[in-house]
Amino acid sequence: MPDLTAKRRRPVWLNLSPLNLPVPGLVSIFHRISGLALFLGLVAFLYLLDLSLASESGYAQAGELLRHPIAKLLVIASIWALLHHMCAGIRHLFLDIDVGVSLHVARRSAFAVFVVSLALAASIAVRIW
Amino acid sequence: MVNRIIVGAHYGLKDWLAQRVTALVMLAYTVLFLVVWPRPMSYAGWKALFAQGWMRFATFLLIASVLIHAWIGVRNIWMDYVKHTGVRLTLQVATILWLTGCAGWAMQILWR
Repeated sequence: MPDLTAKRRRPVWLNLSPLNLPVPGLVSIFHRISGLALFLGLVAFLYLLDLSLASESGYAQAGELLRHPIAKLLVIASIWALLHHMCAGIRHLFLDIDVGVSLHVARRSAFAVFVVSLALAASIAVRIW
Repeated sequence: MVNRIIVGAHYGLKDWLAQRVTALVMLAYTVLFLVVWPRPMSYAGWKALFAQGWMRFATFLLIASVLIHAWIGVRNIWMDYVKHTGVRLTLQVATILWLTGCAGWAMQILWR
């Protein structure tokens, strides 16, 4: 006789890791990661705005800081995070008003978020470098 | 007769709406900034841009929107991943205090 009580054990824990995360899911998690990164980068943004508007020498100093290779990498990463967050956000606004909610359109727009934000970030990165 | 009580404190809808409205403000500012930013960049042009009353007003709206938007987003992250109530509350309070301080800093930068 099988043990029927064993079947009812709660909570049920399902291991979801063997499932592939679809592109819209990837856009979603990157939306969150980029948002957190932008929150953390806010202090640098305000610091640079403060410095650049304080005085002529402050402006030059901010420019000097941004010319450092590590700063350039951080700026490029921030620009990509901002562009991804913005594109994913625009997609979200359209989904909110029921535009592009069918599965294949949502997948294509999710893919477009990655393509557009990476392409724009790359074109800006080339100019900064 | 069905008497369902499905209303809560409404903060979910308010936050959802605030997240969208602040997003639209930030998008509008992005378009504005791309139009008005000085080319070529120079201290004089940069300073003159931020000396304009409307630019200070718009930039302050941007920063206020960023802070509200960031509060909702970061709070959601703490709610989703930080299980310990005390730690979560501490992080949420720290986030509010930090963002409020940033609002003051932004005002000081813009209206110097």
